[in-house]
Amino acid sequence: MNISDIKNWLKINLFSNWYYSLISLFIIYVLLITLPPFIDWALIKATFIGNSKTDCQPGGACWVFIKVWFEKLIYGFYPEKEIWRVNLAFLILISTVTLAFFVKSKFKIYILFFLIFIFPLIGFTLINGGFGLERVETRVWGGLTLTFILTFFGIIVAFPLGVLLALGRRSELPIFRFFSILFIEFWRGIPLLTVIFAAAIMFPIFLPANSNVDKLLRVAIGISIFEATYVAEVVRGGLQSLPKGQYEAAKSLGMGYWKMNFLIILPQAIKTVIPGITNTFIALFKDTPLIILVGLLEILGMINLAKSNSYWLGLATEGYVFVAIIFFVFSYSLSKYTQSLEKKYNTEKH
Amino acid sequence: MFLTSQFKTSLRKNLQLSKLLPQLLLIILFCYIIYFFTKNTQINLAARNLNFGFDFLNTNSGFDVQFSLIQYDGSSSYFRSYIVGLLNTLLVSFFGIIFATILGFIVGISRLSPNWIVNKLSLIYVELFRNLPLLLQIFFWYFVVIRSLPSTEKSTVILNFLIINLQGFYIPKFIFSNFIYIFYGFVLALLATFIVKYYATKAFYESGKIIPVFKIFLLLIIIFPVIFSLIGDVSLSVEYPKLIKNFGIFNYVGGVKLVPEFLALLFSLSLYTSAFIAENVRAGILAISKGQKEASKSLGFNNPQTLKLIVIPQALRVIIPPTTNQYLNLTKNSSLAAAIGYPDLAGVFAGTALSQTGKAIEIIFMVMMTYLTISLIISGILNWYNKKIAIVER
Repeated sequence: MNISDIKNWLKINLFSNWYYSLISLFIIYVLLITLPPFIDWALIKATFIGNSKTDCQPGGACWVFIKVWFEKLIYGFYPEKEIWRVNLAFLILISTVTLAFFVKSKFKIYILFFLIFIFPLIGFTLINGGFGLERVETRVWGGLTLTFILTFFGIIVAFPLGVLLALGRRSELPIFRFFSILFIEFWRGIPLLTVIFAAAIMFPIFLPANSNVDKLLRVAIGISIFEATYVAEVVRGGLQSLPKGQYEAAKSLGMGYWKMNFLIILPQAIKTVIPGITNTFIALFKDTPLIILVGLLEILGMINLAKSNSYWLGLATEGYVFVAIIFFVFSYSLSKYTQSLEKKYNTEKH
Repeated sequence: MFLTSQFKTSLRKNLQLSKLLPQLLLIILFCYIIYFFTKNTQINLAARNLNFGFDFLNTNSGFDVQFSLIQYDGSSSYFRSYIVGLLNTLLVSFFGIIFATILGFIVGISRLSPNWIVNKLSLIYVELFRNLPLLLQIFFWYFVVIRSLPSTEKSTVILNFLIINLQGFYIPKFIFSNFIYIFYGFVLALLATFIVKYYATKAFYESGKIIPVFKIFLLLIIIFPVIFSLIGDVSLSVEYPKLIKNFGIFNYVGGVKLVPEFLALLFSLSLYTSAFIAENVRAGILAISKGQKEASKSLGFNNPQTLKLIVIPQALRVIIPPTTNQYLNLTKNSSLAAAIGYPDLAGVFAGTALSQTGKAIEIIFMVMMTYLTISLIISGILNWYNKKIAIVER
């Protein structure tokens, strides 16, 4: 690339006419006065080494704060000597998901089966205890671990439930259709926060006095049902996009309702709406911090706790920037991956 | 005879046991769940010496609300606290929707700009704001941005119109006497516009003459209220916030005070939702094929006419439905106010009032039903609009 190329590029992309030039110059000016101080704060003047707030240089970010609280941010108040169990559970999860990218598509169904039916049991046993492992109560679960647990639980509950609700809404049987519509429209019409409040405060009154359903479980189920109705509407879109001939062909082959749906209709319908479903799950992931309001501390809640610790006051910015980076990395990469899937399916159509 | 036999077969088909049984089971299951919950509730409430009922709404709440559109203090009833919460929810949603729409359209159009830096910057804007949890953004505005504002004595004053400090934003209060006359002026201007619009449409179909209805409307909406305020002797006084030192503490008195909680919620909701609206706007403009613009040019329309008569009406058809959904989301998301103590429906009624009375079922039921009603109204309007603008295929 020589100078004239650069000149050309600038002329086309930044200074093509007088008002674009003006806008470009203005934006460059604003960036020049805002970005350097930020980089200065975040990296150059920042303190990375130390053990307490007094080690931090004034005028720069105090990343020592994150370093010291790191374990709490990731694992919450999970007992220190049992943390290996959480790590092991996530190691299994990550390695199976990674494996799914490399094996032939024939084996992918087994991996999916493992993730949906077997892994939840293993993961729950590891994190909660039982079978010789010491029991760890859910109230000490927290941090990023809790965010992931809730998201994973939400996905494996919301997906099948959402598919069933979508089928119910398109059912020929009027009672099923009526209840599905009522259910979906109700849950979609209320904010998630009221669902979480209801699950934490109101729902225990509905249950027998001696039954002790865990608060975390109640909230997790509430969130899952809420997201399931969003999945249901996405799947319904997929079902509606299928031509009637598919149903008729399946019926003329003598298939019953379930066989027709699970072998012919749903595989095609779900394939077309994978991006929509992934977007729902990204939304679920981003919604998990709401549980702070009923006293469950996932990563954002841990930051709030850490920043109000009397030894670490005044470090809210560092904490929120750290949480922002974590959430951004996960949800941005997931949404990029979804977009690539979308493009892949679009090329098939044209 | 044929008809009845057909009817009978269809009836028999519908009364098949394989179809009837699952439906019957579903109803029985539903009834059982309702019975199960009601029975448990009765037992639990009796054990806690509580009773179900909405009587508590008339009793004094005993708490104060720091930000309210109507008069409210400790002697007001719980029902009034519900109204306060509802009004605060609607207030922040209303302004949130306005700001989110304006920002969303600006950013959405910028996403298609040929200017590289504008294009990339708007891309970063969209990806940043929609990929971060809303609650995190609310906390960031509340605990970081607003906390870094200057203290009361060192307030930033912009043209004596906006005063910014740690306590919030202060703007002047406009007080009209005989305000009702201005209102009459607006109503009459609207009525006159409808009449003009009616004749304009008629004239257009009869002679093809185009009457600039919008320009007339703008003229009327200014002239009528002005004339009426002259007739009705309307006077305007502006109350500016003043810095007053009381017991050694500086404070602004008078004007309209916007509390930090409101501002943090408004900013975060507007920015978060605007990122989604921007994507809708971009998709809507991209959805219009080049052929439409070319056809319009070949018919002799100039650039503004193409935009106004061809591109925007079609783009809006794509943009409006998902954007209305975003408005709905914004209204529902405003319930996150509870996290920073802004007294909205979720904060003051499902928060303070609930913890004081312990009436969990009644209060959560009321809050849910209120949001549900708002949602149904907005989606009802959306459906009506969709039907109205749907392409009529001949």
